[in-house]
Amino acid sequence: MFESLSERLEGAFKNLKGEAKITELNIAATVKEIRRALVDADVNYKIAKEFTDKVKDIALGTKVINAVSPGQLMTKIVKDELANLMGGTESSFNITGNPAVILIAGLQGSGKTTFSGKLANYLKSKGKSPLLVAADIYRPAAIDQLMVLGGQVGVEVYSERENKNAVEIAQNAIKEARAKNKNVVIIDTAGRLAVDEVMMTEVANIKSAVNPHEILFVVDSMTGQDAVNTAKAFNERLDFSGVVLTKLDGDTRGGAALSIKYTVEKPIKFVSSGEKLDTLDVFYPERMAQRILGMGDITTLVEKA
Amino acid sequence: QKTKENFFTKITKAIAGKSTVDEEVLDQLEEALIGADVGLDTTIEIIKRIEDRVARDKYVNTSELNSILQDEIRAMLVVSPENSYKDFSTPAGKKPYVILVVGVNGVGKTTTIGKLAYNFTKAGKNVLLGAADTFRAAAVDQLTIWSDRTGVPIVKQPMGSDPGAVAFDTVQSGVARGSDVIIIDTAGRLHNKIYLMEELGKIKRVVQKVIPDAPHEVLLVLDGSTGQNAVEQAKQFTAATDVTALAITKLDGTAKGGVVLAIANQFKIPVKFIGVGEKMEDLLIFDKHEFVDSLFKLED
Ligand SMILES: Nc1nc2c(ncn2[C@@H]2O[C@H](COP(=O)(O)OP(=O)(O)OP(=O)(O)O)[C@@H](O)[C@H]2O)c(=O)[nH]1
Ligand SMILES: Nc1nc2c(ncn2[C@@H]2O[C@H](COP(=O)(O)OP(=O)(O)OP(=O)(O)O)[C@@H](O)[C@H]2O)c(=O)[nH]1
Ligand SMILES: [Mg+2]
Ligand SMILES: [Mg+2]
Repeated sequence: MFESLSERLEGAFKNLKGEAKITELNIAATVKEIRRALVDADVNYKIAKEFTDKVKDIALGTKVINAVSPGQLMTKIVKDELANLMGGTESSFNITGNPAVILIAGLQGSGKTTFSGKLANYLKSKGKSPLLVAADIYRPAAIDQLMVLGGQVGVEVYSERENKNAVEIAQNAIKEARAKNKNVVIIDTAGRLAVDEVMMTEVANIKSAVNPHEILFVVDSMTGQDAVNTAKAFNERLDFSGVVLTKLDGDTRGGAALSIKYTVEKPIKFVSSGEKLDTLDVFYPERMAQRILGMGDITTLVEKA
Repeated sequence: QKTKENFFTKITKAIAGKSTVDEEVLDQLEEALIGADVGLDTTIEIIKRIEDRVARDKYVNTSELNSILQDEIRAMLVVSPENSYKDFSTPAGKKPYVILVVGVNGVGKTTTIGKLAYNFTKAGKNVLLGAADTFRAAAVDQLTIWSDRTGVPIVKQPMGSDPGAVAFDTVQSGVARGSDVIIIDTAGRLHNKIYLMEELGKIKRVVQKVIPDAPHEVLLVLDGSTGQNAVEQAKQFTAATDVTALAITKLDGTAKGGVVLAIANQFKIPVKFIGVGEKMEDLLIFDKHEFVDSLFKLED
């Protein structure tokens, strides 16, 4: 569906065969192509601009060695720079508390509840003893959904069907975890819009009540230009510790991942690529960079160069 | 201090003292459209049309540019009806009127069905729901809660049942009860999963065993905050089920849902509903004039 970036870049340099150096003049078309590729992949417009300006600075004056075409060289610079950006911050996952408290937050339908189940499954397989907490008191059947998932992975779910106070439920769950010797507490919260003041205050209150060791912002990898605003708003209220990128089993290029990373400078700690609970994956910056650029097939080409 | 600036005031500034729409103006335009998820190709097409108009009419001032721009965008939404469904009426001779609701995971299908049930009921219709999402954890429970809230009956089977069988049951039961409207929920599925897309075709065929021209509406639900992938969703779901209408959800957030322009432009599928919240009242009939205005609403 997408013309790969490498093809585009080769095209942009076509008339420049024999030029040994990347110059201000011959780079203009290329930079435009890269920007287009990024925007096509849903990278925020402004961020795509800043990113390509940076790539341009790096590329300017870079010597083109014989074996490599300027297009290949540019592709490599872009890919490396993007992978750098996607990785960068050191990423660890803190489950050392007793219990360690993990708060899950994000927009409606982003995949929080499913991810909570996956994380519980993963931590259980690492020898931990997790407790899932149903702190979504709004969505129809949210508690039932988490109960089903908990049942599937054999992890207990804490819920209070009659309690309409999510902060209290979270606090009570921690007491329960202590009483039952659970060493990780995973709190699933309701989906909320960043502009919903009441709901954003609720999740901020849950945070101050339970002091989470990890706060994960769960985001749908198909999100468009607005990812920046959402991530910024959640980060301002929660100062989250990491990002979870979901639904990567789709065919989205996932440029939102770059926008978010660039805007809030928080590591992407997990990716989710399926509805089954065993599909929790770690994040590979390199792969994500290639995906955003739509260039799965050219890595080998560049590696040869 | 943050100054709220209208998109058009930006353009006004850029155009001040100029007799033609220059690069700078077009750049601003591009930024605004792409920032609303309209997408590169459609943005370029809009800009090209404006350039053509400007070249033809020689001098274009700002207010003319505004109206040209809005006209061009509205023209792309031409298939979206002006006022259809305002009263949630259904076409004569199509009783029960069967709506099959499809879309990728988590976009708001089940919630939209709850809202539709509320609106059709309010319009005096007898509605019946079919819980053909037998896969997602507690999906049937979720739709059951919507059936309780709206006082609309529901046909369901245990989790894990064949969705086709549920759809069949629902339509048969709707015919027997004399329902006016049948709305069938389906499990969310990513459009690149071939076997899941084929399942939708199967559901359709099963429904047609009871009512040959059903489903009368295949409603594709899109999340308004989705980026360019929504275009691919429209393409694949259309290929699998002949989508007849779109619902765009979650437009109560800050996302502008501009991707529907790209979709309307390429697929000629009308947008009928928009979702603006989680309550049953939070469904609006799509109004293209309002939508175009909202694309250019005040922003930071
Ligand atoms: N294909 C795919 N589907 C996913 C993934 N993660 C979640 N889903 C599906 O996306 C839909 C929404 O997931 P939920 O876990 O309910 O999302 P949520 O954020 O808890 O939703 P709310 O609580 O309503 O805000 C469900 O159909 C899930 O099965 C994923 O990685 N891949
Ligand atoms: N803010 C807002 N939230 C919405 C809207 N429509 C749906 N939601 C929320 O989005 C989440 C997912 O909605 P569902 O109706 O479960 O979505 P679905 O497409 O049926 O999901 P799956 O069946 O899991 O694929 C829920 O938390 C809904 O409350 C809307 O218009 N605005
Ligand atoms: Mg949830
Ligand atoms: Mg559903």
